[in-house]
Amino acid sequence: MAKKFEINDVEVWDGNYAASQALRQAQVDVVAAYPITPSTPIVESYGSYVANGYIDGEFVMVESEHAAMSACTGAAASGGRVATATSSQGFALMVEVLYQASGMRLPMVLTVVNRALAAPLNVRGDHADMYLGRDSGWIQIDAFDAQQAYDLTLCAFPIGEHLDVRLPVMIHQDGFTTSHKAQNIHPLQDEEAYKFVGDYVPVDEMLDFSRAVTHGAQTEEDWHFEHKAKQHKALMDSRKVIDETFARFKALTGREYKRVESYMIEDAEVAIVALGSSVETTILAAKQLREEEGIKAGVIAPRVFRPFPYDLIRDTIDGAPLKAIAVLDKSSPGGAMGALFNEISAAAYTTQNRPLITNFIYGLGGRDYSVDEAKRIFKEQKAHADAGHITTPIQQFSGVRGPKLGFFETKRS
Amino acid sequence: MSQNVPGTPNRGIHELGAEEKVGWDEVTQGVVLDPLTDPAKEIAHIRPEDRHYTDFSSYTATVASWRVLKPVYNRDICIDCQNCWVWCPDTSIISRDKQMLGIDYDHCKGCGVCVEVCPTNPKSLLMFDTNEAIEEALSQWPEKKKKEK
Repeated sequence: MAKKFEINDVEVWDGNYAASQALRQAQVDVVAAYPITPSTPIVESYGSYVANGYIDGEFVMVESEHAAMSACTGAAASGGRVATATSSQGFALMVEVLYQASGMRLPMVLTVVNRALAAPLNVRGDHADMYLGRDSGWIQIDAFDAQQAYDLTLCAFPIGEHLDVRLPVMIHQDGFTTSHKAQNIHPLQDEEAYKFVGDYVPVDEMLDFSRAVTHGAQTEEDWHFEHKAKQHKALMDSRKVIDETFARFKALTGREYKRVESYMIEDAEVAIVALGSSVETTILAAKQLREEEGIKAGVIAPRVFRPFPYDLIRDTIDGAPLKAIAVLDKSSPGGAMGALFNEISAAAYTTQNRPLITNFIYGLGGRDYSVDEAKRIFKEQKAHADAGHITTPIQQFSGVRGPKLGFFETKRS
Repeated sequence: MSQNVPGTPNRGIHELGAEEKVGWDEVTQGVVLDPLTDPAKEIAHIRPEDRHYTDFSSYTATVASWRVLKPVYNRDICIDCQNCWVWCPDTSIISRDKQMLGIDYDHCKGCGVCVEVCPTNPKSLLMFDTNEAIEEALSQWPEKKKKEK
């Protein structure tokens, strides 16, 4: 029986430690992990909990992230509650197996501390790894600070393990800005947290010796499409379970989460859409612009990246008098518009409102994103709103040194 | 057949041409398949040929067509050491009570590992063209090689 961990009502934890405590409280059966900056402390702390008797489950050391996710997939097929952590290159090495886990409908929790992808080699936070997972069939939820990393890691278990969902879940937080920034955290006591997470209910588990099951079967053109359709439907329908779990968490803690968060949006004329730790910076900029210059600025922040909250993005855009929106992508788009820009634009296209939308590539490799930068972006949106058309290139690089870098103009006759 | 997955009955997959009939809402969750028609309890005590397989089990499918060369087994030389049985990656060496009986040509892919690990002189297993008749192959068996001093 695992020992109870002494926890104060308020603790000073960083994002990594917060995530590791949530994993401990969920009493995971198997963690197979390979440490990588900046998520190393999650695995390191978890290892110390195991060594000191706070966890009954197994901790498996492996030779790579591919092996880590493979061991997790096997353990989940066997019928255990499973979790691991990674970042960046490690995430990239896991990718092949991420698709196996989701296609085999095996719930597990992956705490991802977002970091840029090489080359050039970089250990700082951007969203390249998070974006790499976006077609993998996992639920992806984004924590903007350490408290949220704790809360959402707890929520990840009942969401993914729900019998109507049965899908793996990633909980993202930004490398260093969230993972290594200590803040006051209001944790739950062990029993409360475990009661919220609940016992794991295995399905089709290989360790049920009364029934033989085949996992990982091959399908060709005769069956593959039907299985992928069923998997996609489960991911789309997980929205309901995510909403219910967030409601249950609010009833327990008073802390409210929504699939799309918005701030000062009701009367906003201009808005920035952002993910991760940039959301807090953007909120501060919006508040200051409202006070200093009377610009009605608001912020939209997708909390759940997958399944993409197409429904709530449309509701948010139609629920405000928005004229211009800037969508911020913290990932090198590799010859396209930013992925978040494309998805927000697609949702906005079917609204009544149809605001002007521009794309900013920013903060790559951990480049600082400041309040002043957010204000400048807001002011550009105000200029578009006043002119009634986009007055700049549609995609711009923000915060990069050298001549202005932008692509595509609005055609005006 | 037991099927524990909520809301995913295993409809119709046994029917001929099921792939024309069964929709995405009817396939199993996570492509999990039941290889046996009966509960698996005590299955380790039932010989493979006596188990009740569903159509999903690889036991009821054949991969013989993948093979270019086949191993042929010579009972007259074999010492029943079980080396080939241990090493075969497709459990295609049939052995009962530690006596070698032959090869499961439905599942053997012709990799030749059994021949490599056979310790007798001459070998008790040799690779032949997959279309070669067994009697023909046995008639060509080499003589014992003498050790060079």
